Amino acid sequence: MKKAIIQLEPLVCPSCTNKIETLVHKYNGVNHDSVKVLFNASKLKFTFNEDRISVEEVVNAITKLGYQVVKFDIKDV
Amino acid sequence: MINKILKSKNYISLICGTLIILGLIIKYTFHDEIIMSIFLILASIIGILPIMIQAYQALKIRVISIDLLVTIAVLGAFIIKNYEESSIVTFLFLFGVYLEQRTLSKTRSAIKELIEMAPESAFKLNDFGEYEEVDIDEVNVGDNLLVKTGNKVPVDGKVITGEGYINEASITGEPTPVHKTTGCKVYAGTILENGSLHIIAERVGEDTTFSKIIELVEEAQDAKSNAERFIDHFAKYYTPLVLLVALIVYLYSFNLELAITILVLGCPGALVIGIPVANVAGIGRGARSGILFKGSEVINDFSSVDTIVFDKTGTLTTGKPEVSEVKIYDHHNLDYTYALLVSIEKTVDHPLAKAIVNHFGVVSNLLVEKVNVIRGGGLKGIVDNKEVIIGNVTLLEDEKVDIPDYIYKDVNDLILNGHTIVLVSINNECKLLIGIKDQIRPTVKEELNRLKRFGVKNLVVLSGDNQGSVNILANELGINEAYGSMLPQDKVKFIEDLQKHVRVVAFVGDGVNDSPSLALANIGISLSSGTDVAIETSDVVLINNDFINLTFALKLSRKIMNNMKQNIAIALLVVVILLLSLIFGDWMNMTIGMFVHEASILAVILNSMRLLKYKHKKG
Repeated sequence: MKKAIIQLEPLVCPSCTNKIETLVHKYNGVNHDSVKVLFNASKLKFTFNEDRISVEEVVNAITKLGYQVVKFDIKDV
Repeated sequence: MINKILKSKNYISLICGTLIILGLIIKYTFHDEIIMSIFLILASIIGILPIMIQAYQALKIRVISIDLLVTIAVLGAFIIKNYEESSIVTFLFLFGVYLEQRTLSKTRSAIKELIEMAPESAFKLNDFGEYEEVDIDEVNVGDNLLVKTGNKVPVDGKVITGEGYINEASITGEPTPVHKTTGCKVYAGTILENGSLHIIAERVGEDTTFSKIIELVEEAQDAKSNAERFIDHFAKYYTPLVLLVALIVYLYSFNLELAITILVLGCPGALVIGIPVANVAGIGRGARSGILFKGSEVINDFSSVDTIVFDKTGTLTTGKPEVSEVKIYDHHNLDYTYALLVSIEKTVDHPLAKAIVNHFGVVSNLLVEKVNVIRGGGLKGIVDNKEVIIGNVTLLEDEKVDIPDYIYKDVNDLILNGHTIVLVSINNECKLLIGIKDQIRPTVKEELNRLKRFGVKNLVVLSGDNQGSVNILANELGINEAYGSMLPQDKVKFIEDLQKHVRVVAFVGDGVNDSPSLALANIGISLSSGTDVAIETSDVVLINNDFINLTFALKLSRKIMNNMKQNIAIALLVVVILLLSLIFGDWMNMTIGMFVHEASILAVILNSMRLLKYKHKKG
């Protein structure tokens, strides 16, 4: 398991967090209990199984959803 | 292409606004309806693009978003050929988002300031024996780093060579620079004001104390309270519901105008943003003064605290004993007596000895020939050929020093006032009586009185110290309940019992040996100098170890709660007014609806921004 910390452009409406959360939950390799969207810090954090999914995939999907990704970090848990 | 459109939302809103103004000018100066319509149609089409894209993307993951409501409303206005409304509504929506962005970033500014204090680069020793500047991410545990004057310390580590003065305000809140030499710990985010240090990295990146503080604040701002979770949940179903209501109204009345007005009026805005925005501003304001709240639930509980339990040593007192009374029984050759005393005390490492050395300061050193430490008694030795005995009454009695009655009387007086007694005898003659006390922190008394005035009914002190000295302290501070000889597990038991009778119990401790009590109390508050344990186990951390911040924290928590309530009131009031005027008035339309909607969001954000300016007034 690894932990991803994704810094997004400043989020403006709380419903954005709702959208991003729903999107990330669609991925199977993501640990669903770990998904956290921080509205004020504009960060997305989750742990995932690196054999089943890559963070780049999620980052691309978020960009497609219309949110800029500023940077992302992957850490060992 | 799609991303480009989304990125340039702000420009789009500018173009959209310009086209609308041009269109309206043409209408009122040249009275040319057709050209005006072309301008407004253009404005609508350009303006709706980013909104429509967002609506579609959300729909793809089965989320009915506010963008969808606006898109449908604008399309509806298009169908009934009301281009004025379609263009102005899109513009207002885009411009509102822009203003929200600007004002929100202001409410988040306090925390941004904190994050920007994080170090970005370091001078690292490379394979060629030179220090080269590298990005902070390239520093690993065990690396040898150089910190120059004016630099930020990049990681938590230990000094291997060099010395200097470090300003540790970002971690401890203490503004006076601290002297650091070989073996001293240094912390990331602190600033070397002069000197230069070579350090070994011990904790890097997110593991440093500084990063932990930032992470804590970030998580705290977004830790949701029950009320907020309820509102979020509500908003999830609320938006689709509005869509449904609009559809039913349309099918029932075939009045498209009315249906799309409902869509715009129904946008949830101020309600969902009201609590998070008050949270971020309030927590940010606290962080700026060294008060860390762990989330809005903590703020909620703390604001209604009615009982505060204090640990004694290190919390109400400084935890550093000081000489507070000296009685002199022989004024002859006093400086020489002091010199004998300090010379021998300097040879031992004991809190009482330190207090004595600090108090009597620098005097000439005399030759210490022999020192014996007597456990639980004191010490005796030979200094400058004199026999010196320093210690408590029992020790002096054992050593057959003659103690006259008036000295016994002084001793008893000092004990009654909570002092620890040190007698000094030279060649079997009692020369000095020293009373040492763990001093009460300055300002504690006034702060406790203020807490009482702010409605904290019970103040309790618990201590491992004997009941006598705890009583003395409680009397002095005006605390109603005081219990001594308490072990950490007794304190836990006490808090458990207390929680059966009163609503919200806060425990204030120094965060090191009181972790169980801190964790158990509804609100654990640690007066800390930035230790990890304190940050993890407590709910409120007073970083700069300052008692004044306790009352400020209480006042701020109440201020934040009030602010949240005001925001919710604003939001609900707006919805009610909009709905009533739609039902009973004939002046309501989409444009006004969108305007009021955006204005209420801004009103809520501006209201919370007041928290950032909140000042701690004494009294």
